[in-house]
Amino acid sequence: MIPELGHFALIVALAIALVQGTLPFLGAAKKIPGLVAVARPAAQGQFVFVAIAFGCLAWAFYSNDFSVLNVATNSNSRLPAPYRIAATWGSHEGSLLLWVMMLSLWMLAVSVFSRSLPQEMLARILGVMGLIAVGFLSFMLFTSNPFERLLPAAADGRDLNPLLQDPGMVFHPPMLYMGYVGFSVAFAFAIAALIDGRLDATWARWSRPWTTAAWVFLTIGIALGSFWAYYELGWGGWWFWDPVENASFMPWLIGTALIHSLAVTEKRGAFKSWTVLLAIVAFSLSLLGTFLVRSGVLTSVHAFATDPKRGVFILGFLALVVGGSLALYAWRASKVSPGGMFELLSRESMLLANSVLLIVACAAVLLGTLYPLFLDALGMGKISVGPPYFESVFAPLMAPAILLAGIGPLVAWRKGDGTEVLRRLRWTAIIVLAAALFVPLLFGRWALLTSFGLLLAFWILGGALTALIVRLRSRTGITSAFAGMLLAHAGIGVFVIGVTLVKSYETERDIRMQPGDTAGLGGYSFRFDGVREVSGPNYAAARGTITVLRDGQTVAQLAPEKRVYLVQRNPMTEAAIDAGISRDVYVALGEAVGNDAWTVRVHIKPFIRWIWIGCLMMAFGGVLAASDRRYRIAARRQDDASGADASVMRSGAA
Amino acid sequence: MMPLAPTHPSCEAAQRETASRLTRFLLPIGIFIVLVGFLAVGLNLNPREVPSPLVGKPAPAFELPLLHQPDKRFVPSDMRGKVWLLNVWASWCASCRDEHPLLVELSRNGVLPILGLNYKDKDEDAQRWLKKFGDPYQLSVVDADGRIGIDYGVYGVPETYLIDAEGVIRFKQIGPVTSELLQQKILPLAKALQK
Amino acid sequence: MRHWLLVFFMSVAVNVSATEKSDLDTEQRVRQIEEKLRCLVCQNQSLADSNAELAGDLRRQVRDQVAAGRSDTEILDFMVQRYGDFVLYEPPFKSTTLLLWIGPFVLLAAAALTLLAALRRRRGAAEEPALDPEGKRVVERVLAPLRKHDEGA
Repeated sequence: MIPELGHFALIVALAIALVQGTLPFLGAAKKIPGLVAVARPAAQGQFVFVAIAFGCLAWAFYSNDFSVLNVATNSNSRLPAPYRIAATWGSHEGSLLLWVMMLSLWMLAVSVFSRSLPQEMLARILGVMGLIAVGFLSFMLFTSNPFERLLPAAADGRDLNPLLQDPGMVFHPPMLYMGYVGFSVAFAFAIAALIDGRLDATWARWSRPWTTAAWVFLTIGIALGSFWAYYELGWGGWWFWDPVENASFMPWLIGTALIHSLAVTEKRGAFKSWTVLLAIVAFSLSLLGTFLVRSGVLTSVHAFATDPKRGVFILGFLALVVGGSLALYAWRASKVSPGGMFELLSRESMLLANSVLLIVACAAVLLGTLYPLFLDALGMGKISVGPPYFESVFAPLMAPAILLAGIGPLVAWRKGDGTEVLRRLRWTAIIVLAAALFVPLLFGRWALLTSFGLLLAFWILGGALTALIVRLRSRTGITSAFAGMLLAHAGIGVFVIGVTLVKSYETERDIRMQPGDTAGLGGYSFRFDGVREVSGPNYAAARGTITVLRDGQTVAQLAPEKRVYLVQRNPMTEAAIDAGISRDVYVALGEAVGNDAWTVRVHIKPFIRWIWIGCLMMAFGGVLAASDRRYRIAARRQDDASGADASVMRSGAA
Repeated sequence: MMPLAPTHPSCEAAQRETASRLTRFLLPIGIFIVLVGFLAVGLNLNPREVPSPLVGKPAPAFELPLLHQPDKRFVPSDMRGKVWLLNVWASWCASCRDEHPLLVELSRNGVLPILGLNYKDKDEDAQRWLKKFGDPYQLSVVDADGRIGIDYGVYGVPETYLIDAEGVIRFKQIGPVTSELLQQKILPLAKALQK
Repeated sequence: MRHWLLVFFMSVAVNVSATEKSDLDTEQRVRQIEEKLRCLVCQNQSLADSNAELAGDLRRQVRDQVAAGRSDTEILDFMVQRYGDFVLYEPPFKSTTLLLWIGPFVLLAAAALTLLAALRRRRGAAEEPALDPEGKRVVERVLAPLRKHDEGA
């Protein structure tokens, strides 16, 4: 009964989405207030029905309803409750429902927090989101129904992939999808602006907090994914340039360019068509990512089971949405007049350079991810592109961007004072250079790349600090937005420190140990105290005990495991970590090699947590920036009208 | 009121400006169309398949004991003058069971000799498996540690090679042999090579 | 006589520590080569990281070949001859991958040049005409509240 209710709710949601995607557009074009007013209730109605559907599927999982095919394929009665619920989005069909759920959440938010938006604009925005929902709901209902029945019902399920039976599964996909899908709001704003003709600073002001919010979620989602892979996969890696990882990283890169570009459009009315293009590209990359993961076009550990029919549908949808919006862009954006004037050295030009660098970096990631496909499609052989490529190409592209980020906040709008900037950064530069040269020596080994990485990190931190000092001295006051920007930039610095130090100084050893054996690494001693059998709720495990000592004192007792889940029977490694701000001690069991001996892998990862701390700082920075007072002022102030929009495109005028 | 609008550039410059703007705005959709083209082609390709660079090259030499007569040895040059199939199989391999009936039937037709490469297996298990499911092989050689498999670029059993009369690999199938593959690729190619 | 004994023991000592060091170096070299190859079963991992059986076999091959004195290039070529370019974790630099390796940097250069050109053109094109005093006053009145804004983020 409940699955059928869920299925029905999806059909109703599709009907509402169809209404939402057509009537408001008609109303806005023909100036019919009645039709325009349909948008808000339609969006809210859609949220209700999608939530019902989602609730029904989650209930089916929670209550072990194995007459639903999806539940039988992805769950099991012995699966602990949180993971039973998380299994709702553990499959292709379920994750699509999560996608639509997130879309309807954003739609609800837009319909509620948009009192200051003109009705026609809101109608078009919700209309665009409605059309996207139509696509995804149709896709689900026609090719990937999560409520498909399995009759006769299975006695028990095939269990959720053991790698996914982890708290990471509860948080990572929802956060990630909030981010991915959140860019649809910026996209909708952009399309509405292109249709409407009103592409000005006020538009940017409305669009900015929504875009920043989506970016915050995506940052957290990606960081969670990286952290999860680190402690779950057993070999200490935290980023693999896997096609699916790249699929989430590319929208992030463009999203970052977008929030910077929006800053310029909001303040100065410049970069309008550029911002609109970035908004379209960011969401297009989200859609592309959705395609890549489910179509079987690329190999990935993350990929869902594939079916050519599904791939064709998504590709068609992608072509329609992205092709349509780029065509609209080509047609309408060319009529936008350029915005405010600015010099070669100015905040605008720095932000434009930042955009360009991020886009080239994103293009490089896209190129590397799709290149094997390009060559194969052209019959020119089969290669594979792995981390070594991405690392050698991405880092050199990002370095200039980080350097600019240290200087940018100090350069004035419109016309920067070069000598003034140099004067302010003089001491910063000296201290940063000295620190970058000196710090590697503290770790016992100096290398050029290490020093350069630290230089970038310290530079952006130093630049942020300098900007803070300048602002404090000028007594202008620190806005939420300014603090957010500094925090986010500082977060990048912290992130780069983590990456540089881990890559330069991580060590590991693969050792064969008998109970009682001791091995040393990085100043620590590891004593292997044997392995014993334990059992969990749905698995049996061999749990090792490893005592970590330093200078004779016990630092930690670690219990890595080798698990065999009762249903799927694939062996799985569960690493044990002693976490610390300045290092992680990471231990994993290898294989039993007879006579109670085991191979054990130990790693020391210096400063690895800084990677994710940096990401959290970036996310908090975004939250601060999005919550700035000026976005929460409902009434339009008089000086907004005469504000930064020096050029407003009136519809109809050439 | 004095206008704040910028001075208009000359007509010619304006035309050039419009032309470059048009290209600038058409570029994104142009790139996108090319991308979609590749993705569409990609839907029909298999990204996991690793094609063999050995096709068109001489089959690597080896000398291995026979499964049923361990004191005897086989070398590929023994098959010179004949077109033959080398099928890599193992008793622990589930998909081998899928293609096995086809191979048994093919061996009965006598059209194409099939030789087996027993890959990383135990002799008793292998012999028992053949007794249970039928033995299509003229003979099977034993590659216990997988070294010869590496020489042949084996990465996922079962794999099948079509080798011509001069000892050159002409075709490689990764994964089980299907009847369409036999009818549409392997048998016609073998026939052409046998002439 | 004592001198010779000393030299003998020292050379043995040096030799022993050299062997130990070269053992460590060999280990490192083996690992470096393994990190340049891709596992064909678990296709997202390098040969060094994968737990697949074939990966173990191939790692043994690498180790044997290093012990036999082959160079890094020879060992990588050995693998490529049998498995094709796919087995290289880092794509090779050849005519078909030229676009891959150089593309991003060419794009960067092109983008930078376009950017500079666009910025210069923008500066050149929009020369504001001189205003009369009345016009200047209007402009000042309008822009005054904005000047405060200009300093912000």
